[in-house]
Amino acid sequence: MANHSEFPLWEVFIRSHGGLNHKHVGSLHAADAQMALEHARDVYTRRMEGVSIWVVPSTAITASDPADTDPFFEPARDKIYRHPTFYDIPEGLKHM
Amino acid sequence: MRDFLLLLADNTQILGHRLGEWCGHGPELEIDMAMTNLALDLIGQSRNYYQYAAELEGAGRTEDDLAYLRDAREFRNCLLVEQPNGDFAHTVARNFLFDSWHYFFLQALCQSNDERLAAIAGKSLKEVTYHLRWSSEWVIRLGDGTEESHSRIQDAFDNLWTFRGELLTPAPFETEAASAGYGVDLHAIRPLVEDRLSDILAQATLQRPEDGWMQSGGKTGRHSEHLGYILAEMQYVQRAYPNSVW
Repeated sequence: MANHSEFPLWEVFIRSHGGLNHKHVGSLHAADAQMALEHARDVYTRRMEGVSIWVVPSTAITASDPADTDPFFEPARDKIYRHPTFYDIPEGLKHM
Repeated sequence: MRDFLLLLADNTQILGHRLGEWCGHGPELEIDMAMTNLALDLIGQSRNYYQYAAELEGAGRTEDDLAYLRDAREFRNCLLVEQPNGDFAHTVARNFLFDSWHYFFLQALCQSNDERLAAIAGKSLKEVTYHLRWSSEWVIRLGDGTEESHSRIQDAFDNLWTFRGELLTPAPFETEAASAGYGVDLHAIRPLVEDRLSDILAQATLQRPEDGWMQSGGKTGRHSEHLGYILAEMQYVQRAYPNSVW
Protein backbone atom coordinates (compact mmCIF):
# COMPACT_ATOMS: atom_id res chain seq x y z
CA MET A 1 0.00 0.00 0.00
CA ALA A 2 1.11 3.52 -0.69
CA ASN A 3 2.17 5.90 1.99
CA HIS A 4 -1.11 7.26 3.26
CA SER A 5 0.51 10.35 4.68
CA GLU A 6 0.52 11.65 1.08
CA PHE A 7 -3.28 11.77 0.77
CA PRO A 8 -5.31 13.64 3.37
CA LEU A 9 -8.29 12.07 5.10
CA TRP A 10 -11.92 12.86 4.19
CA GLU A 11 -15.18 12.06 5.96
CA VAL A 12 -17.99 10.69 3.83
CA PHE A 13 -21.70 11.35 4.28
CA ILE A 14 -24.35 9.54 2.23
CA ARG A 15 -28.01 10.33 1.74
CA SER A 16 -29.73 7.00 1.31
CA HIS A 17 -33.04 8.29 -0.10
CA GLY A 18 -34.46 11.56 -1.24
CA GLY A 19 -35.79 13.44 1.78
CA LEU A 20 -33.61 11.70 4.37
CA ASN A 21 -30.56 13.34 5.88
CA HIS A 22 -26.94 12.61 5.00
CA LYS A 23 -25.36 10.18 7.44
CA HIS A 24 -21.72 9.66 8.22
CA VAL A 25 -20.62 6.34 6.73
CA GLY A 26 -16.85 6.39 7.07
CA SER A 27 -13.69 8.00 5.80
CA LEU A 28 -11.17 7.66 2.99
CA HIS A 29 -7.94 9.06 1.58
CA ALA A 30 -7.90 11.36 -1.45
CA ALA A 31 -5.76 14.15 -2.88
CA ASP A 32 -8.59 16.62 -3.45
CA ALA A 33 -12.35 17.02 -3.13
CA GLN A 34 -13.09 15.71 -6.61
CA MET A 35 -11.06 12.55 -6.03
CA ALA A 36 -12.66 12.15 -2.61
CA LEU A 37 -16.12 12.27 -4.18
CA GLU A 38 -15.21 9.62 -6.73
CA HIS A 39 -13.52 7.41 -4.16
CA ALA A 40 -16.60 7.71 -1.99
CA ARG A 41 -18.74 6.67 -4.93
CA ASP A 42 -16.49 3.67 -5.58
CA VAL A 43 -16.08 2.57 -1.99
CA TYR A 44 -19.36 3.44 -0.28
CA THR A 45 -22.16 3.28 -2.88
CA ARG A 46 -21.48 -0.05 -4.58
CA ARG A 47 -24.57 -1.66 -3.10
CA MET A 48 -27.08 1.09 -3.88
CA GLU A 49 -26.48 2.78 -0.54
CA GLY A 50 -27.19 6.28 -1.68
CA VAL A 51 -28.44 9.02 -3.95
CA SER A 52 -26.16 11.83 -2.76
CA ILE A 53 -22.66 12.13 -1.33
CA TRP A 54 -20.95 14.79 0.75
CA VAL A 55 -17.22 14.72 1.44
CA VAL A 56 -15.61 16.92 4.07
CA PRO A 57 -11.91 17.23 4.93
CA SER A 58 -11.50 15.49 8.27
CA THR A 59 -9.47 18.46 9.46
CA ALA A 60 -12.55 20.66 8.99
CA ILE A 61 -14.38 18.76 11.70
CA THR A 62 -14.13 20.00 15.27
CA ALA A 63 -14.91 17.20 17.68
CA SER A 64 -15.86 17.35 21.32
CA ASP A 65 -13.19 16.18 23.71
CA PRO A 66 -13.95 12.88 25.50
CA ALA A 67 -12.59 14.54 28.64
CA ASP A 68 -15.49 16.98 28.41
CA THR A 69 -18.10 14.24 28.54
CA ASP A 70 -19.26 15.08 32.04
CA PRO A 71 -19.66 18.84 31.68
CA PHE A 72 -21.11 18.44 28.18
CA PHE A 73 -23.59 15.63 28.57
CA GLU A 74 -24.09 14.79 32.23
CA PRO A 75 -26.28 17.85 33.02
CA ALA A 76 -29.00 16.58 30.63
CA ARG A 77 -29.25 13.26 32.39
CA ASP A 78 -31.60 14.31 35.25
CA LYS A 79 -33.80 16.61 33.20
CA ILE A 80 -36.28 14.11 31.92
CA TYR A 81 -38.93 16.85 31.80
CA ARG A 82 -37.29 17.91 28.54
CA HIS A 83 -38.72 14.82 26.93
CA PRO A 84 -42.27 15.43 25.73
CA THR A 85 -43.59 12.41 27.62
CA PHE A 86 -45.75 14.13 30.23
CA TYR A 87 -48.75 14.95 28.12
CA ASP A 88 -52.04 13.06 28.23
CA ILE A 89 -52.85 12.09 24.71
CA PRO A 90 -56.59 12.28 24.01
CA GLU A 91 -58.18 8.98 23.09
CA GLY A 92 -58.71 8.55 19.43
CA LEU A 93 -55.70 10.65 18.47
CA LYS A 94 -53.68 8.56 16.10
CA HIS A 95 -50.21 8.73 14.62
CA MET A 96 -48.48 10.10 17.71
CA MET B 1 -24.28 -9.76 -36.45
CA ARG B 2 -22.45 -12.50 -34.54
CA ASP B 3 -18.98 -11.06 -35.21
CA PHE B 4 -20.19 -7.60 -34.31
CA LEU B 5 -21.61 -8.86 -30.98
CA LEU B 6 -18.42 -10.78 -30.27
CA LEU B 7 -16.33 -7.67 -30.93
CA LEU B 8 -18.29 -5.80 -28.27
CA ALA B 9 -18.34 -8.78 -25.92
CA ASP B 10 -14.63 -9.57 -26.25
CA ASN B 11 -13.53 -5.92 -25.91
CA THR B 12 -15.36 -5.56 -22.61
CA GLN B 13 -14.52 -9.06 -21.37
CA ILE B 14 -10.77 -8.78 -21.96
CA LEU B 15 -10.43 -5.23 -20.62
CA GLY B 16 -12.54 -6.30 -17.63
CA HIS B 17 -10.15 -9.19 -17.05
CA ARG B 18 -7.14 -6.87 -17.27
CA LEU B 19 -8.65 -4.49 -14.72
CA GLY B 20 -9.48 -7.44 -12.49
CA GLU B 21 -5.76 -8.21 -12.38
CA TRP B 22 -5.35 -5.03 -10.33
CA CYS B 23 -7.50 -6.48 -7.55
CA GLY B 24 -5.40 -6.34 -4.40
CA HIS B 25 -2.59 -4.47 -6.17
CA GLY B 26 -4.03 -0.97 -6.60
CA PRO B 27 -1.86 1.96 -5.54
CA GLU B 28 -4.48 2.89 -2.91
CA LEU B 29 -7.33 0.90 -1.41
CA GLU B 30 -9.81 3.34 -2.95
CA ILE B 31 -8.25 3.10 -6.43
CA ASP B 32 -8.13 -0.67 -6.13
CA MET B 33 -11.88 -0.67 -5.50
CA ALA B 34 -12.47 1.78 -8.34
CA MET B 35 -10.65 -0.43 -10.84
CA THR B 36 -12.41 -3.59 -9.76
CA ASN B 37 -15.72 -1.71 -10.02
CA LEU B 38 -14.80 -0.83 -13.60
CA ALA B 39 -13.88 -4.46 -14.22
CA LEU B 40 -17.23 -5.70 -12.95
CA ASP B 41 -19.10 -3.14 -15.06
CA LEU B 42 -17.26 -4.29 -18.17
CA ILE B 43 -17.68 -8.00 -17.50
CA GLY B 44 -21.38 -7.39 -16.88
CA GLN B 45 -21.63 -5.63 -20.23
CA SER B 46 -19.82 -8.47 -21.98
CA ARG B 47 -22.33 -10.96 -20.57
CA ASN B 48 -25.19 -9.08 -22.23
CA TYR B 49 -23.47 -9.36 -25.61
CA TYR B 50 -22.41 -13.00 -25.13
CA GLN B 51 -25.95 -13.99 -24.15
CA TYR B 52 -27.34 -12.30 -27.23
CA ALA B 53 -24.72 -13.88 -29.49
CA ALA B 54 -25.36 -17.33 -28.04
CA GLU B 55 -29.11 -16.96 -28.59
CA LEU B 56 -28.58 -15.83 -32.17
CA GLU B 57 -26.41 -18.86 -32.87
CA GLY B 58 -29.23 -21.12 -31.76
CA ALA B 59 -26.74 -23.94 -31.33
CA GLY B 60 -27.43 -24.51 -27.66
CA ARG B 61 -24.26 -22.76 -26.57
CA THR B 62 -24.26 -20.37 -23.61
CA GLU B 63 -22.46 -17.17 -22.70
CA ASP B 64 -19.94 -19.29 -20.78
CA ASP B 65 -19.14 -21.39 -23.86
CA LEU B 66 -18.39 -18.23 -25.79
CA ALA B 67 -16.20 -16.74 -23.09
CA TYR B 68 -14.40 -19.86 -21.89
CA LEU B 69 -14.23 -22.24 -24.81
CA ARG B 70 -13.12 -20.17 -27.78
CA ASP B 71 -9.48 -19.94 -28.82
CA ALA B 72 -7.50 -16.75 -29.27
CA ARG B 73 -8.00 -16.71 -33.05
CA GLU B 74 -11.76 -16.56 -32.53
CA PHE B 75 -11.60 -13.51 -30.26
CA ARG B 76 -12.59 -10.26 -31.94
CA ASN B 77 -11.33 -7.74 -29.36
CA CYS B 78 -9.06 -4.84 -30.29
CA LEU B 79 -5.38 -5.24 -29.51
CA LEU B 80 -5.52 -2.25 -27.17
CA VAL B 81 -7.56 -4.01 -24.48
CA GLU B 82 -5.27 -7.03 -24.24
CA GLN B 83 -2.16 -4.91 -23.61
CA PRO B 84 -0.62 -5.58 -20.19
CA ASN B 85 -1.47 -3.30 -17.28
CA GLY B 86 2.08 -1.99 -16.87
CA ASP B 87 2.24 0.67 -14.18
CA PHE B 88 -0.82 2.61 -13.02
CA ALA B 89 -0.23 5.36 -15.61
CA HIS B 90 -0.14 2.75 -18.36
CA THR B 91 -3.47 1.32 -17.21
CA VAL B 92 -4.99 4.81 -17.00
CA ALA B 93 -3.79 5.72 -20.51
CA ARG B 94 -5.07 2.44 -21.97
CA ASN B 95 -8.42 2.87 -20.28
CA PHE B 96 -8.72 6.46 -21.39
CA LEU B 97 -8.01 5.56 -25.02
CA PHE B 98 -10.64 2.85 -24.76
CA ASP B 99 -13.21 4.86 -22.78
CA SER B 100 -13.01 7.92 -25.05
CA TRP B 101 -13.88 5.64 -27.96
CA HIS B 102 -16.34 3.42 -26.05
CA TYR B 103 -18.39 6.36 -24.81
CA PHE B 104 -19.11 7.82 -28.26
CA PHE B 105 -19.49 4.35 -29.76
CA LEU B 106 -22.22 3.46 -27.24
CA GLN B 107 -23.89 6.82 -27.73
CA ALA B 108 -24.22 5.99 -31.42
CA LEU B 109 -25.19 2.38 -30.69
CA CYS B 110 -28.19 3.66 -28.71
CA GLN B 111 -29.59 4.57 -32.14
CA SER B 112 -29.22 0.99 -33.40
CA ASN B 113 -32.24 -0.35 -35.27
CA ASP B 114 -31.81 -3.53 -33.24
CA GLU B 115 -33.83 -2.89 -30.11
CA ARG B 116 -31.92 -5.25 -27.91
CA LEU B 117 -28.55 -3.79 -28.91
CA ALA B 118 -29.86 -0.29 -28.34
CA ALA B 119 -31.08 -1.31 -24.88
CA ILE B 120 -27.73 -2.86 -23.94
CA ALA B 121 -25.97 0.27 -25.20
CA GLY B 122 -28.24 2.52 -23.17
CA LYS B 123 -27.57 0.58 -19.99
CA SER B 124 -23.82 0.39 -20.64
CA LEU B 125 -23.56 4.08 -21.47
CA LYS B 126 -24.45 5.05 -17.90
CA GLU B 127 -21.53 3.00 -16.62
CA VAL B 128 -19.14 4.11 -19.31
CA THR B 129 -19.95 7.79 -18.70
CA TYR B 130 -18.40 7.24 -15.29
CA HIS B 131 -15.50 5.20 -16.73
CA LEU B 132 -14.61 8.07 -19.07
CA ARG B 133 -14.85 10.58 -16.27
CA TRP B 134 -12.64 8.41 -14.06
CA SER B 135 -9.91 7.83 -16.64
CA SER B 136 -10.03 11.44 -17.91
CA GLU B 137 -9.49 12.83 -14.44
CA TRP B 138 -6.60 10.47 -13.79
CA VAL B 139 -4.98 11.41 -17.11
CA ILE B 140 -5.20 15.07 -16.11
CA ARG B 141 -4.07 14.41 -12.58
CA LEU B 142 -1.03 12.40 -13.62
CA GLY B 143 -0.16 14.56 -16.62
CA ASP B 144 -0.47 17.79 -14.68
CA GLY B 145 1.00 16.24 -11.53
CA THR B 146 4.63 15.67 -10.64
CA GLU B 147 7.54 15.39 -13.05
CA GLU B 148 7.52 11.62 -12.58
CA SER B 149 3.78 11.11 -13.05
CA HIS B 150 3.90 13.34 -16.14
CA SER B 151 6.72 11.39 -17.76
CA ARG B 152 5.13 8.04 -16.90
CA ILE B 153 1.80 8.83 -18.47
CA GLN B 154 3.42 10.50 -21.47
CA ASP B 155 5.43 7.29 -22.00
CA ALA B 156 2.25 5.27 -21.68
CA PHE B 157 0.48 7.28 -24.39
CA ASP B 158 3.57 7.14 -26.63
CA ASN B 159 3.64 3.35 -26.29
CA LEU B 160 -0.09 2.73 -26.67
CA TRP B 161 -0.81 5.24 -29.42
CA THR B 162 -0.19 2.69 -32.15
CA PHE B 163 -3.09 0.60 -30.82
CA ARG B 164 -5.73 3.32 -30.95
CA GLY B 165 -6.15 3.30 -34.74
CA GLU B 166 -7.87 -0.05 -34.67
CA LEU B 167 -10.72 1.29 -32.54
CA LEU B 168 -11.75 3.67 -35.32
CA THR B 169 -10.97 1.46 -38.33
CA PRO B 170 -13.92 -0.73 -39.22
CA ALA B 171 -13.52 -4.45 -39.88
CA PRO B 172 -15.66 -5.72 -42.78
CA PHE B 173 -18.33 -6.99 -40.38
CA GLU B 174 -18.54 -3.53 -38.80
CA THR B 175 -19.05 -1.84 -42.16
CA GLU B 176 -21.79 -4.35 -42.81
CA ALA B 177 -23.30 -3.68 -39.37
CA ALA B 178 -23.28 0.08 -39.95
CA SER B 179 -24.91 -0.12 -43.36
CA ALA B 180 -27.55 -2.54 -42.07
CA GLY B 181 -28.41 0.00 -39.38
CA TYR B 182 -27.68 -2.06 -36.26
CA GLY B 183 -24.01 -1.05 -36.01
CA VAL B 184 -22.05 2.19 -35.68
CA ASP B 185 -20.47 4.31 -38.39
CA LEU B 186 -16.94 4.73 -37.01
CA HIS B 187 -16.16 7.58 -39.41
CA ALA B 188 -19.05 9.55 -37.94
CA ILE B 189 -17.85 9.25 -34.33
CA ARG B 190 -14.16 9.84 -35.13
CA PRO B 191 -14.29 13.67 -34.80
CA LEU B 192 -15.98 13.35 -31.39
CA VAL B 193 -13.33 10.92 -30.17
CA GLU B 194 -10.48 13.04 -31.53
CA ASP B 195 -11.84 16.19 -29.91
CA ARG B 196 -12.15 14.53 -26.54
CA LEU B 197 -8.64 13.10 -26.77
CA SER B 198 -7.11 16.46 -27.70
CA ASP B 199 -9.06 18.28 -25.03
CA ILE B 200 -8.06 15.97 -22.18
CA LEU B 201 -4.43 15.66 -23.32
CA ALA B 202 -4.19 19.45 -23.47
CA GLN B 203 -5.65 19.82 -19.98
CA ALA B 204 -3.14 17.22 -18.82
CA THR B 205 -0.27 19.22 -20.41
CA LEU B 206 0.63 16.11 -22.43
CA GLN B 207 2.02 15.93 -25.97
CA ARG B 208 -0.38 14.29 -28.36
CA PRO B 209 1.71 11.58 -30.09
CA GLU B 210 1.96 11.66 -33.89
CA ASP B 211 -0.56 9.49 -35.73
CA GLY B 212 1.90 7.16 -37.42
CA TRP B 213 1.55 3.55 -38.47
CA MET B 214 -1.20 1.82 -36.53
CA GLN B 215 -1.44 -1.78 -35.35
CA SER B 216 -4.41 -3.82 -36.49
CA GLY B 217 -5.62 -7.40 -36.60
CA GLY B 218 -7.39 -8.01 -33.31
CA LYS B 219 -10.85 -7.68 -34.81
CA THR B 220 -10.10 -10.43 -37.30
CA GLY B 221 -8.43 -12.74 -34.79
CA ARG B 222 -4.75 -11.86 -35.24
CA HIS B 223 -3.74 -11.03 -31.69
CA SER B 224 -0.59 -10.11 -29.79
CA GLU B 225 0.98 -12.84 -27.68
CA HIS B 226 -0.68 -11.34 -24.60
CA LEU B 227 -4.15 -12.64 -25.37
CA GLY B 228 -3.03 -16.27 -25.13
CA TYR B 229 -1.82 -15.72 -21.58
CA ILE B 230 -5.04 -13.97 -20.61
CA LEU B 231 -7.13 -16.82 -22.00
CA ALA B 232 -4.91 -19.41 -20.33
CA GLU B 233 -5.71 -17.86 -16.98
CA MET B 234 -9.34 -17.02 -17.76
CA GLN B 235 -10.25 -20.36 -19.30
CA TYR B 236 -8.14 -22.66 -17.16
CA VAL B 237 -10.89 -23.95 -14.91
CA GLN B 238 -13.35 -24.71 -17.72
CA ARG B 239 -10.64 -26.37 -19.79
CA ALA B 240 -9.30 -28.46 -16.90
CA TYR B 241 -12.72 -29.41 -15.52
CA PRO B 242 -15.12 -29.26 -18.45
CA ASN B 243 -18.72 -28.37 -17.62
CA SER B 244 -17.95 -27.80 -13.98
CA VAL B 245 -20.36 -25.46 -12.23
CA TRP B 246 -20.57 -23.92 -8.80
